[in-house]
Amino acid sequence: MINAAELCYFAAAPLFILSLRWMSSPETARRAVMSAVIAMSLAIGGTLLLPEIHTYTWIAIALVAGVAAGVPLSMVPLTAVPERTGLSQSFGGLAVALVGIAKYYLWLGEGALTPFKMGVIGGEVILGCLTCTGGLLAAAKLAEMMPTRPITYRGQNIVSFLLLGTAVTLAGLLIYDPTQSWAFPIIIVIGLLFGVMLILPIGGADMPTVISFLNSYAGLSAVALGFVLENKLLIIAGALDGSSGFVLSIIMCQAMNRSVTNVLFGAFGSAKAAQALGEKKTAKSATSNDAAQLLSSASSVVIVPGYGMAVAQAQHRVRDLYELLTKKGVDVKFAVHPVAGRMPGHMNVLLAEAEIPYDRLIEMDDINPEMPQVDVCLVIGANDVVNPAARTDASSPIFGMPIIDADKAHTVLAIKRSMNPGFAGIDNELYYANNTLMLFGDAKAVIGDVVKELSGESAH
Amino acid sequence: MKLDMLTALFVFMLATFLGLDIIRRVSRLLHTPLMSLTNAISAVAVVGALILAGEAHDTLSTVLGAVAVFASTTNFVSGFLITDRMLRMFKKRETKKS
Repeated sequence: MINAAELCYFAAAPLFILSLRWMSSPETARRAVMSAVIAMSLAIGGTLLLPEIHTYTWIAIALVAGVAAGVPLSMVPLTAVPERTGLSQSFGGLAVALVGIAKYYLWLGEGALTPFKMGVIGGEVILGCLTCTGGLLAAAKLAEMMPTRPITYRGQNIVSFLLLGTAVTLAGLLIYDPTQSWAFPIIIVIGLLFGVMLILPIGGADMPTVISFLNSYAGLSAVALGFVLENKLLIIAGALDGSSGFVLSIIMCQAMNRSVTNVLFGAFGSAKAAQALGEKKTAKSATSNDAAQLLSSASSVVIVPGYGMAVAQAQHRVRDLYELLTKKGVDVKFAVHPVAGRMPGHMNVLLAEAEIPYDRLIEMDDINPEMPQVDVCLVIGANDVVNPAARTDASSPIFGMPIIDADKAHTVLAIKRSMNPGFAGIDNELYYANNTLMLFGDAKAVIGDVVKELSGESAH
Repeated sequence: MKLDMLTALFVFMLATFLGLDIIRRVSRLLHTPLMSLTNAISAVAVVGALILAGEAHDTLSTVLGAVAVFASTTNFVSGFLITDRMLRMFKKRETKKS
């Protein structure tokens, strides 16, 4: 029999699919949000019409409280979007886990736990719990409330897998005999623990990948809930989220030339500190005046922004620079590496916030063939993503990682606080190259000076 | 609305293939908003929480359900709002001639 709720779900599913379809281009993207909002309203409205719902008090309180908490969470600065995402995954996992837990005890009382139902509840609770603590920990690492370096100990992977194995075995026992209810709380605790163990060994540089993986887990836990509740809409929406997380993690891994297992279990960046260079190399430094002259006489400029730019809050100065140069007839483009920023696509959002038109943001693969014709490449707070060692030095930890070929430009200007190696602790040959000039100092201050020089110059 | 295991697996499989295909076509510019959007979409788990809180079988399930409704509502409200906020910032050069 078809009821109103089913009809609402039936209408909501294609709207979710269209929503993601419209994310293919910035022109249609805002429609995507609208469509998802309508779909969500249909899903909620349809559910509230179900005959089995007879008290609305708790629902109303929870909905109002959820809106009250959600609105301020959406106002965070855009640099904090990665930790908000982690937190949101954690909440998603929590919700799914709680429903699973309640369903177990409800159905246990009714004797309704078929092996299939028990199996999907087990999967749902494990996934939900690990997403809950994993997301929370990822958010804490991203917000730098805890050390971002990998935390490792001996036999870590073995301990983690023994734990997971125990949880799966206990779930198996419950499938065989659901009344062994002592095992259920243990599964919950292990799920929560496993989420922690999953994130602890992962270093800050891998966070963009991990946050995508968590998205995938959150989606899969929603799918598991869909299996438990026999609800197709949950399965579809969860599968969409799961596949989006999966695709994004693969893209992130490829952008770093790492395998999935290496990211999850490799504890990258913990083992060796930067090797001191045997020979003493010197970098050439330049003044903001030199930089201004170079930039204004160039006909094409490519700016490579890294997260250092966002840390220094230099985006708006960069926009001023972009506008000044464009006015002088210089062709200015931005080369965005896939892992620039702390989550997939993060740098694009930060530059869009600074009102840099998105058609000026060029992907790595599209900009690299142009690099040899570029007059000046300005590197702002980026390091590993422009390190030529990734192409040339087989002994380098980042060897094979796709990079932006900044070194191929006629002149490279690099803004950096000091000569300290970057996040991954790897020395960068680019800074010692003959065609590189270093601008030492805080990115915001340095670009501010260059802008001042440029506008002063145009005055006389 | 009975859903047997095999049908459920079919739906899951088809939706996953569809998802993989659609997500690959999403512009790299928009990967961050995409992630917050899909995150909000997966908060459709609120459906399960609503039923639990509304059935009011016993105290445990009602309380767990209400907390779950709260958590997922927070998720989709903040997720949709922040996605829209980010997308509003993406402007083409032609449109901003001030």
